[in-house]
Amino acid sequence: MSSHGTQAKEPLLRMVKRDTLSPKKAWGIRAAAFILSLVTGGIVILCLGHNPINVYISMVKGAWGSSTVIHETVKIAVPLLITAIGISFAFKMKFWNIGGEGQILVGAVAAGAFGLFTAHIFPKLPLVLLMMLASIAAGGIYGLLPAVCKAKWGTNETLFTLMLNYIALAFIKYLMNGPWKAKGSSFPKIDMLVPGARLTKVLGVHWGWILALILVAAAYIYFNKTKQGYEIAVVGESNNTARYAGINVGKVFRRTMFISGALCGLVGMLQFAGADYTITEGTAGGVGFTAITVAWLAKMNPFGMLIVSVFIAMLERGSNAIQTQFKIPASASDLLIGIILFFMLGCEFFISYKLIRRGKEEHHA
Amino acid sequence: MLSTLNGLFIAAVLAGTPLLLGALGEILTEKSGNLNLGVEGMMFMGAITGLAGSYYYEQAVAAGGGSPNGFLSAAIALITSFLAGAGGALIYSFLTITLRANQNVTGLTLTIFGTGFGNFFGEYIGQQAGGYVAVSDVTKGAFSGLDIPVLSDIPVLGPLLFRYNWLVYFAVAAAVIMAWFFSRSRVGLNLRAVGEDPAAADAAGINITMYKYLATVIGGGICGIGGMYMSMVTTSGVWVHDCVSGYGWLAVALVIFATWSPARGMLVALIFGGLTIMRMYINIPGLPAQIYDMVPYVATIIVLVVTSMRESKEHAQPKSCGLNYFREER
Repeated sequence: MSSHGTQAKEPLLRMVKRDTLSPKKAWGIRAAAFILSLVTGGIVILCLGHNPINVYISMVKGAWGSSTVIHETVKIAVPLLITAIGISFAFKMKFWNIGGEGQILVGAVAAGAFGLFTAHIFPKLPLVLLMMLASIAAGGIYGLLPAVCKAKWGTNETLFTLMLNYIALAFIKYLMNGPWKAKGSSFPKIDMLVPGARLTKVLGVHWGWILALILVAAAYIYFNKTKQGYEIAVVGESNNTARYAGINVGKVFRRTMFISGALCGLVGMLQFAGADYTITEGTAGGVGFTAITVAWLAKMNPFGMLIVSVFIAMLERGSNAIQTQFKIPASASDLLIGIILFFMLGCEFFISYKLIRRGKEEHHA
Repeated sequence: MLSTLNGLFIAAVLAGTPLLLGALGEILTEKSGNLNLGVEGMMFMGAITGLAGSYYYEQAVAAGGGSPNGFLSAAIALITSFLAGAGGALIYSFLTITLRANQNVTGLTLTIFGTGFGNFFGEYIGQQAGGYVAVSDVTKGAFSGLDIPVLSDIPVLGPLLFRYNWLVYFAVAAAVIMAWFFSRSRVGLNLRAVGEDPAAADAAGINITMYKYLATVIGGGICGIGGMYMSMVTTSGVWVHDCVSGYGWLAVALVIFATWSPARGMLVALIFGGLTIMRMYINIPGLPAQIYDMVPYVATIIVLVVTSMRESKEHAQPKSCGLNYFREER
């Protein structure tokens, strides 16, 4: 396969691990990658026969142009941010929870069980509390299931959590067509939540955004200042190291996945009681997947996730604007998010390594 | 009863073929030590490009005043879908092999990108075509069941074995060739060495980078063909929004059930193909349709848990799967 003759020759480019790069330079590389990804997206837009700068401007305007659209953008960012925080709990310990979608859905169903059927019994405050607790419990248990199997037998969690998404989706379709079907409706759908039980709006958006901001700070403290947060980091580095250090890895898996699923479940409740007021197959709407990219782009830092989720919400909201204005399909946001993430994944290499051309001496910084 | 079973078998083969193609692509990829979770995305990319390839070919021929050739149209769909899947896998390979990005996240990103790619261009081409994209009857004919002289007319066995569309035989042939390739060919054995222990393979003079790139890119191309099956056969040449809808992920799961063996892959794909369409053939009284729809996913979880409970060294994932190889950190 390989010819031995070429081995003596120095390769055209070789890579050397950098000692450390100053944070300023590292962010410069990331910014360059980000701009390159927008340029690549722009080329795609150009190939479709539109002016990329106009399209980008209309995207930004579509997301921030008026108070109505700002509310819509924040409404998209809230579930994204909380789900991303939830998923980062699992991802920090290298537990690939891609079941955020399903955990959101079961959370919404659990909240719906109280919101739709006990609204005439309880006053608003206890009802909202009940919905919250129910969604946290349901999402948590849905996340716990794969963690138990992973801890006990090493079952592949990626596929397990993913399959749970489809099961939750089928269950909601069943509720829509059967037991929870709205009375007198010929179309399979679930009743609306009565207005008295809907989440109160603060500054035009349901209070979920305040909760999201609190969770950002709480998650930061949990990850960096608590023993449990430290255990997550050690398990993420190496299961064996954690075991030698006396950490009960199975317990960490279970506890953390319960939190991860619970946060996603909470999102389901917020979507149900604060945004949609009903449950459909679209209640999760891909948030569980997009949140993965949010968490990763932010390097699992909750404050970073705040910025990234607002940015992604802008792309998603803005892609609706360009659909009406330029007739570019709204799936463009997925395409663009994919491109941006490819570039951000790739640029990390240039932060840890440098390339040296043939014949150039190696300079030590 | 017998005719129901025959019908179920035929439908299972038809529903299992895209799963088999996706799983074969992923087996080839994982044998090189790359865990590419982007199967769903690559299938989406193959689905839209295959459809678009045939569609634009037909448009071009019609504009020139000729009549499209079904065989040529099918060949174009095959090539474009392979290239699209391979292109997706090339992005993945460049990021994970050359730039050493995390395999899990890169694969998930490829799924998000590919899903967006498929739906975006599906809608866009539909808009241009004035509503939706659909291929003509000529191309549809090229993807319908074959009529092989003599063989197709054998009673019982004919419809059961010899009347499928050509992609079914293509998938089976790919599985057989791949099984031979892994166990009998020198290159296949080298590839397995790369996946099991890249450091040892590197020391033995095997070009790790080239093997990983080739296996991943060709594997991605095969996944792309599986996606093309979804848009050309399953939805009969019409673009349906979200048409792959989880088949790519089922294919990833099938790799585990097939214990990384292409030959067993055929059997598992048949079983799972059967599970996805069983609702139409076997009625269980009192079971709502939506609950019935859960069956393949519940079965996947059960098999996942059971296989993880009885771990065997012989039928395991290639040892280095999911880990990037850094020669300097050996």
